[in-house]
This record gives sequence, C-alpha cells and structure tokens, in this order.
Amino acid sequence: MVLKKNIAVSDNGFLFNPTTGDSYSLNATGIEFLKLLQKGKQNDEIIAEISAEFEIDTITVEKDLNDFKSTLVRLKLAE
Amino acid sequence: METKKTYERPLIKPLNTGLMNKFGTRTDYATFPDIDGAPVADLLEKYGSPLFVYSENTIRKNFVDAKRTFETRYPKVQFAWSYKTCYLNAVCNIYHSEGSWGEVVSRFEYDKAIQNGVKPANIIFNGPHKSDDDLRMASKNGSLIHIDHFDELYKLHEIASELNIKPRVAIRVNMDVGIYPKWDRFGFNYENGQAWEAINKIIANGKLELVGLHTHIGTYIMVTSAYALAAKKMADLALSIKRQFNKTITYIDMGGGFASKNTLKGAYYPGTDTIPDISEYAEAITSTLLNAGFPHDELPYLYMETGRALIDNAGFMAGTVIANKRLSDGRSATIVDFGVNTLFTSFWYDHRVTHVEELGVHTEDTVLYGPLCMNIDVIRENIALPALRPGNHLVVHYVGAYNVTQSMQFISFRPAVVLIDTNGKPHLIRQQENLDIVQSHEVLPDYLNNK
Amino acid sequence: MNTTNKPTYVIAVTGLNAIDSPGPGISVIRALRDATSFNVRIIGICYETMEPGIYMHDLIDKTYQSPYPSAGVDVLMERFRYINEIENVDFLFPNFDAELFNFIKLEQRFKTELGIKMLLPTSEQFEARHKTELYEFGQKYDIKVPITKSITNASEIAEIAQKIGFPLVVKGKFYDAKIAYNLDQAAQHFQKISAQWGLPILIQQFVHGAEVNVCGVGDGNGELLGAVPMRKLYITDKGKAWSGITIADDELIEMNREMVKSTKWRGPFELEVIKNSNDEFYLIEINPRFPAWCYLTVGAGQNQIESAVNFAMGTKVEPFTTYEVGKMFVRYSYDMIVGIEEFEKISTNGEL
Repeated sequence: MVLKKNIAVSDNGFLFNPTTGDSYSLNATGIEFLKLLQKGKQNDEIIAEISAEFEIDTITVEKDLNDFKSTLVRLKLAE
Repeated sequence: METKKTYERPLIKPLNTGLMNKFGTRTDYATFPDIDGAPVADLLEKYGSPLFVYSENTIRKNFVDAKRTFETRYPKVQFAWSYKTCYLNAVCNIYHSEGSWGEVVSRFEYDKAIQNGVKPANIIFNGPHKSDDDLRMASKNGSLIHIDHFDELYKLHEIASELNIKPRVAIRVNMDVGIYPKWDRFGFNYENGQAWEAINKIIANGKLELVGLHTHIGTYIMVTSAYALAAKKMADLALSIKRQFNKTITYIDMGGGFASKNTLKGAYYPGTDTIPDISEYAEAITSTLLNAGFPHDELPYLYMETGRALIDNAGFMAGTVIANKRLSDGRSATIVDFGVNTLFTSFWYDHRVTHVEELGVHTEDTVLYGPLCMNIDVIRENIALPALRPGNHLVVHYVGAYNVTQSMQFISFRPAVVLIDTNGKPHLIRQQENLDIVQSHEVLPDYLNNK
Repeated sequence: MNTTNKPTYVIAVTGLNAIDSPGPGISVIRALRDATSFNVRIIGICYETMEPGIYMHDLIDKTYQSPYPSAGVDVLMERFRYINEIENVDFLFPNFDAELFNFIKLEQRFKTELGIKMLLPTSEQFEARHKTELYEFGQKYDIKVPITKSITNASEIAEIAQKIGFPLVVKGKFYDAKIAYNLDQAAQHFQKISAQWGLPILIQQFVHGAEVNVCGVGDGNGELLGAVPMRKLYITDKGKAWSGITIADDELIEMNREMVKSTKWRGPFELEVIKNSNDEFYLIEINPRFPAWCYLTVGAGQNQIESAVNFAMGTKVEPFTTYEVGKMFVRYSYDMIVGIEEFEKISTNGEL
C-alpha cells in the first residue's frame, strides 16, 4: 500500500485530498497512523511505535492497522 | 515511568456527506457504567454475558407515579399487572406488593398469578382463548372473566347452568377511535351494535353477573385523544345499561396500550421527546369519565392494565462486544453477544445503546449484529458508536417489556435475569439456561440412542 | 442616527441554507441588520457544513453547528448551553418546521435556564396547524379550509367524492399532493402516495383560484403585529417563489387579523391562501415561522422581524397598519469564494 503523495493531515485531524476534492476527519490515533504511513514506515515499525506510545497490545494494533490501510485504499487515499 | 497514552481504534471518515459529526449526538453515547449503582461490568462477570437487568427502584417508581397520577384525577382506580408484558415472579410480586391485581390471558398466566398470591377475585381473565375447563375454574373462583366472542358467551351460559353459579363477567368492546390500525379482532364491536347485543343477551339471560366493561384500543398508542374517545364510548355504554336496565356497572377497564419512551423505527424524533407522559393519558381518560354524566355515587371504578409503560425503562440488556469487522461496502460492523431471539423488540425499535467503558468522542456509523448465524440478527441497522473493542460492554435501554417473555431459546441459551433491589444489591431472579435445562423435556427413543 | 442609546442584542438564527430552495435564515438576518431600534450580533446556527450562511461573514458574526432535530431535546439543550456560555444569546429565531417541535418543548427552559427568548406558537397551535388537523382547525376558528378527510383505505374515497366532487386532491401526511379527476385516478394516487409516505392519506376538496401568501406576526394575545400579502410572479421548478410582489387586499388582511384574533396566534407565520372566483379565501397551509421571502416585508415598510424581537424583549411594539404595494423581490444566487481552511474549521470544531 502506498499513500497518495499530495495529501496532508492537520493537527486537528482534517484531511483534504486535492485530487478528488474530498475531505475527511480523523481521530487522534488515526492521525498518528497516517503520519507514520506518510513517513514510509513498514507495518512492524508502525506496530512497534504505536504500542510503545499507547497503552495497547501489538495484536490489536496490527488488526487496526490492516483495517485502517484497507479503508485508506477504499477511500482512494492510497493504492 | 512515563504513562502511555490511551489508545482508541484509528478512525477516518468522510466529511460533507451530511452525516452527523461529534457535535451531533454527544450525550447520546455517554458512558453508562452502572445500573442503580451496580457496576455493569461486575454484573456481567458474576452472572454471565449477556444479561437482563431489572431495576426495582424504577419499577416501584413507575408504579407509584402512575397510581398517583390517576388517583389524583379520579377517585376509584385499580391497576392490574399485565402478566404477558413480564411474568417473572419477582417482577409480578413487586407490582402485587404495590397493590396491583393480575391481568392474565391464559391458564398458564392464571396459575402463575394464583401462585403469586393474587386473590382469585382480583384476577382479570382476558384473551380470545379460554378453554371450557379454564372458564369453569375461573367461574368457580369468582375471577373477572372478560368475554371475547359470542361462542364464549354461550359457553359461559352453559357453565353457569351446569355449576349453578353466577360467573362475574365483563365484555370486551372494540371500537373506532380514529387510530390506525383499528383493532377489531378482539371483543364485540361498538359501532355496529354487536357490543350492545352481547350486553342485552347477558342481562336478558340473567345467568351471568355483568360487572364491568372492558376495552383495549391497541398498542403503542401515541395519541391520547384516542383514549378520550374510547372512554366516552365506554361511558355511553355504561349509562345506556343504567337507563335501559336500571343496572349499574361496577367498573370500566380501559386496558393498556400506553407507549413507553422507545423510538419506533422510522420515527424522526426520539421517543423520549414524542411519547406522551402517563399524566396525559390519565387526563384524557379521567376527564372524559368524570364529565360523562355518571351520578356521583355511581361513578364506576377505573381499571388499568398498563404493562409496557410501567416496565420498559426498568429493564436493560447488558452484553459484550465479540468482534469488529468491515463489510464489503466499507461500513463498520460490530458483533455483540445478544441477538434478536432475546431482544425481540429490536425488530420495531431503534433501541438506545450505550457503552460501559469510557471511550473517545469520535464515532463511527456501525451496524450492530447479534451473535446468531442468521441474517436477520440485527440489533441496530445503523448507530453511531465510539470505536469499540472486543470485550467492551454495552447496555441496551428500555427493554423491560416483552423481551423476557417473548425471548426464545435458539442456538444458544437464554440469559440470566438479575434484579437490582432498592439498596443497589443484585439478586438472580432467573438462571441462565444450560444444556440440561434445555434438554430436560426432550425424549430420545431408545432405537436412536447411539451411546 | 443615535446608536449609543440603542440596545445590542445577541440573536441566534437557524436556516442558513440560502440555496436554490432557501431556508429563511439569511432573510431574517438581513432584516435584523436593517433594524433601527437595536444593534445586533448575529449568531448563525447550522446543521450542515455547506450551509452558505456559515461563510457570509458580513452578515453573520459567528456560526455554531447544532445537532439535528432528530437527536432530541436533551442534546439540543446541552449544545445551546455551550453556545450560550460563550455568546450570551438574547433571542433565537428557529426557522425550520422540523426543529420547532424541539424548541417549543424547550421554550421555558431556554428562557429560565439560559435567558434566551423566542417567539413561538404554542404546542397546541403548532399541532393544530398540521395538514391532518387543518380542517378541524378551520372549523373551530371559522376559517374556510378545503374539506379534508383523513383515510386509511382507498375504498373510503367514493363516499367523500360524493360530497366534495371531482377533481379532488390526494395528499400524503407530510409530503406530496396529486390532483385526481376520477375515482380510478384517486385510487391510483392513494396507492402511490401511501406506498411512499404511509398512511393516513388525506382527501381534500379542490379549490380553483389564485394562490396568495401572507407573511405576518401575532403577539399571542390576539393582536396582529403586521401582515404583508404577496403574489408569486415566477416560481422555480421546485415550486418555490423566484420573484413575487406585494399586493393590496384589505379583505385578506382582515382574514389574517381574524385568524390571529381567534387563535391568539403567537409568533411569525406564513399563510398560504387560495382566493376563489367568488372572492372567498381558503386556507391551504400555515407555516409557523417566517418564510424565506420575509425580507420583502422590510422592503414594503414592515420590518416584522424587528417587531418580533422587540415584542419578545418586552419593548412596546406598534402594530403595522400599512405597507407599500407593488414592491417586488427577485431572488438570485451568488457564488462565494471560500478557502478550505474555513471549511476545515467548521468541520472539525463545529464553529466558525
């Protein structure tokens, strides 16, 4: 999965896709996930970073990351 | 050591689609950690999940409020607990302890009421199906038999002759009160003269003691004026009986049908805002009866068989999130451990569902599925809930009426029922089913026993 | 003009959807800005983030997003408690039919707990003017309303048709109306409309004539504070007025005065009336709020919106007795240029 290059997320979770004109709202964890993906981090890096930062087990993060990524693809924010 | 941040499932949702955002319904999904002071998570741990929970406080408060509401408006009021709405003995006995009689629609319910200590004379026997044996027994006991059709009326004449007693009866009357659907399948019709014909027959024959008149105009009636109209027609019948036969009717039974504060599917406003208060129903009924023209000393008793409105908000379904999943069209779905077989009313209400644990303010529109391997097992087609995780607990509100009595054993066991007493202490009032209970009535022919 | 002695009111207004089928909010706000007896700070109340009013900063000082009416009164109360803590609102103009149910319920609490006043019909008046009840409403107050019967079965049409004749109008409880010229057609409309909108269906007498609309305000004690009749000159494909003109019709004003007197109507209203060939007025609909064209009343010399605020705030209000005939409104649309950061703010903070 590769995130579209020209999307940006603001600190309050507002995301604008300039190619389609669609806007989205993200929660705090959604912002973290997206920023890590934008840095080009791999799954295991993201899982390690999130579970270090948040009170959560790695399996839950893995499940949520997969769901989040598939949602990004469905919303055409990644391919 | 540095504490880690609280984790919430990552959410991303499209804007400008006209969907409600977090400014829309914030309090709608406030956390709901305990019922009458008993922590929901502890109850589920102790009694298993899912679990029906009843609040004795709310039951008593509902009843006392309703009683006061009617009695401050009308001098002679008697409530009879509608058994079919919830016939758990613990629940029935709360109502009986507050002075409620029993209203039953089958022999099974009748026997239950007797076992609960209700005096036979204080049992109202309704319904279209009473066997000959039921009628004999109720006649002998002096219970109030509400006649549904002419076949029953003639049968009672026979029984009265046979036993040489005078059964105490009322007729059930159906009528047009301007609501839809019109309930005309129970009792005798008012407009076409059938009710008057039944009254004539009873009085002319003289073997039955016509003590009352009964109506029950429908269910979930949200227009109080329908009750005013019904009370007017009942009063007219009673006054006609007095005029024609110089006979005074002891009571008018206005049945039930008051709505609870649930939100019906397809309704725009929430039920908590649109459903009339009991006082509005009471005002419609009592002001009509008081102004109907009864001489003061001949004012009939008003019997009420209110069920749903007295119990719905006292019942909760507590349960557990099993899993989250993503549907093919991208919608979020959550599977919980209670299904439509125990929460029957999910078919017609958009039940309010709250979460037990503290969760974030961001929500996602979710389908709430029950645990059954059945496509129809949907608790809510669409509900905005915070990011739930497996193991989180949920509470469904306003489920006290009909769910326990109509729940069925299917695929898994029916849940336990707990009553929180007025001191906040939980009591088990119905055990969770198990394999032995469910199989106790099965009979396996020897030739099929492979053991 | 002396502005120093005038009070400044903080007035919240809903209905900012100045789109092709516009809500009344922007017209109400323009009228408030034209008021000579007070200064205003305008608080916009929006439901959706694309309501044009949100971005009209010359008309609206600040906009807050509100929960939809379907979320119920408790959520609404909480949101206004928050808004009021920041803005200290004096008066609120609800402008949508769907939200009036909630605001009428909350009227007392808004007044006592938040100090926010409104000028609304009573819940009895609000209920009585519903389509299904309007005929009885007319009977009670001696106002001509086309004979209307509510039915749940198509077989009931024949009996009513004998009384009211053809053509007749088949109406849904909330939406849709079709004219039927014979029994078969009426039955067809019944099936179609009931399939979409449910039961009951209303069968209504068809009244030939010219439609006239009146914008007015009642004070709740039986006095008409103002009334301006308007004839639509041009309508959009959705049947909304595109342009209209004030007309002279003393009898129509008299009918409004009588309606307000007998019903003790409280607050703004819009009457839809048909005048038949015998010059009789038939009431078709009462909208319990200002219509989107209410700014025309200002143009015609009756700032009814200003009167409504003054009356509710306890200032003495002289009823309007005259207005300028032949004033027109011509509606147009206008493309504003908006930066995405504005949309971001209203979307993520619910305020702009």
